[in-house]
Amino acid sequence: MDITVNILLTIATAATPLLIAAIGELVVERSGVLNLGVEGMMIMGAVGGFGATYLTGSPWIGLLAAIAMGAVFSLLFAVMTLSLATNQVATGLSLTLLGLGLSGMMGTSFVGQPGERLPNLDIPGLTSIPVIGRLLFGQDPIFYISIALTAAVMWFLFKTRTGLTLRSIGDSHTSAHALGIHVIRYRYLAVIFGGACAGLAGGHLSLVYTPQWVENMTAGRGWIALALVVFASWRPWRVLAGAYIFGAVWIGQLHAQAFGIPVPSQFLSSLPYLATVVVLVLISRNKRLTMMNTPASLGQPFVPDR
Amino acid sequence: MMRLELVKRPQRSVLFSALSPFLAFALTIIAGAIMFALLGVNPLTAFRIYFIEPVSQVWQLHELAIKAAPLILIAVGLSVCYKANIWNIGAEGQFILGGIAGSIIPVLFPQFEGPLVLPLMLLLGMVGGAAYAAIPALLKTRFGTNEILTSLMLVYVAQLFLDWLVRGPWRDPQGHGFPQTIQFNDSAVLPELMPDAGRANWGFVFALIAAVLVWILMSRMLKGFEVRVLGSSPRAGRFAGFGLNRMVFFAFLLSGALAGLAGISEVSGAIGQLQPVISPGYGFTAIIVAFLGRLNPLGIVAAGLVLALTYLGGEAVQSALGISDKVARVFQGMLLFFVLGCDTLIHYRIRLIGLALTKPESAAKLEAAPKLKEAR
Repeated sequence: MDITVNILLTIATAATPLLIAAIGELVVERSGVLNLGVEGMMIMGAVGGFGATYLTGSPWIGLLAAIAMGAVFSLLFAVMTLSLATNQVATGLSLTLLGLGLSGMMGTSFVGQPGERLPNLDIPGLTSIPVIGRLLFGQDPIFYISIALTAAVMWFLFKTRTGLTLRSIGDSHTSAHALGIHVIRYRYLAVIFGGACAGLAGGHLSLVYTPQWVENMTAGRGWIALALVVFASWRPWRVLAGAYIFGAVWIGQLHAQAFGIPVPSQFLSSLPYLATVVVLVLISRNKRLTMMNTPASLGQPFVPDR
Repeated sequence: MMRLELVKRPQRSVLFSALSPFLAFALTIIAGAIMFALLGVNPLTAFRIYFIEPVSQVWQLHELAIKAAPLILIAVGLSVCYKANIWNIGAEGQFILGGIAGSIIPVLFPQFEGPLVLPLMLLLGMVGGAAYAAIPALLKTRFGTNEILTSLMLVYVAQLFLDWLVRGPWRDPQGHGFPQTIQFNDSAVLPELMPDAGRANWGFVFALIAAVLVWILMSRMLKGFEVRVLGSSPRAGRFAGFGLNRMVFFAFLLSGALAGLAGISEVSGAIGQLQPVISPGYGFTAIIVAFLGRLNPLGIVAAGLVLALTYLGGEAVQSALGISDKVARVFQGMLLFFVLGCDTLIHYRIRLIGLALTKPESAAKLEAAPKLKEAR
């Protein structure tokens, strides 16, 4: 029983950063913007979170720093693609390349330094309930944020007027503009929200998952988050499901390596990436489903006509 | 509070089209100066060490050519993809697979020597790269799967596969446990161009030939026209009878083959054996080279030399000033950012507007209209 609980807990820990980054990107893409810089914003969040914790000694300040780092870094993308109407694919790529370089440079002195982990929730009486206690009341704070965030985004997108406006911008920015909606302003806010989420996801890696700084520690998670959004056909609850499936794959291959299964560890390590490809193929085979759900103006630059 | 407003030019600006890479480079230098100053280094000293000292002697120019060759080879292929609006960002993986496929002969059949070895290796390298690039192309044409994500995911798979090979079945039994293959025999090593002057090998010549050939393809042949039409308007291309699926395969196979050639040239020329890591991110840096070279093969040659210099400069400031060589990656990222930003000037004029002064847009528009007429 204890082993099962432990495995479930590690799956939740592996799924949380994927979920947060993907939920953020989902909002961005719903507004019609494709930000391929998730990996870059995430790694900046990771280095910012670790750095602030290292300097102040408080992982809570680190948490805030990770969010701020992601948001500020995404602003760079927003100015380029929204104000200067640059190609979103190329700009997103450059955000990732810049983030990987910048974080490596900023983190040079953090390599090998001991980190501080965000403490797990511990409610006297509740956390000690057998089995469900630790699952429900004993996880790290970012886990609860990720679940709350998913619910909040679900409510925001489908139950509020602002959410409806955001979705309409994603489907046709020209119509939205004609209705007098500030397309660019909405998109700025969406991109910054996505950046903050990616930063928080990176912070989870360097403050909870492995509380230390390792160069390139995101290891493609930002890209997997992007794939999750497609896999979920832009629906928050499917992102939640997808993130946990991927978390399970990630943890599964780690456990398989630890058990000494006679398969080379490199093959097991490549499973999450191969699974991403397979999942993308499965979901895109159904052309009608994809066509119906993809925000129609996704990735297209918009210059207001005056 | 200021706001940017883009005003569409009647036609694309030839001036800014030529100027934009230089403008971007100048902005990168300014941002770099600020960065060095923040790191507590005199920017002038840093720039001398970064950009001038690494290319002040002949043997160093050879090192520059070694770094530029893979960047140019890969970027020339990518430029065809990006012109056709096809996003192959997995060149790093195709580079690795090219290196692996090309190494089959020297690693598994080391007793095979002679003048045939090298051409076969180069051919196998191209085939390996192209075959690996065919996967995202197939998935895109057959199932409509997004090629950006699949080609990128395959990079991680390729890196892990190479890691397994050199630690497992292909490890040199006499290598004292180091994760590397046997040293290639002499007939499997790409010869140096001028052994007395420096290390530069034939890879650089391949890069120049590829650039010229692709330039001819793109500017003088029907296929190049097809690429451009399908890239700017797939609908128009369909009416002209150009097949989008065939184009996806053409672009991926071409760029994959060139990345594979770059991979085997690097392994056989600069390294001489397979190691767990054979590329300092050439496949990703080549994306920057392609854009900085304006997706034009001849521009890419120049851009490749510039980006190669950022690698050498990064190593130089690390040894001379103790700054992390990651500074090279930062320079590369900034360069791409600025070149994309400056490209906006080709199609738009930028107006700065003070937010506090603007009225509701419709009202401002009504007022502005007569004034515009007067101004004309």
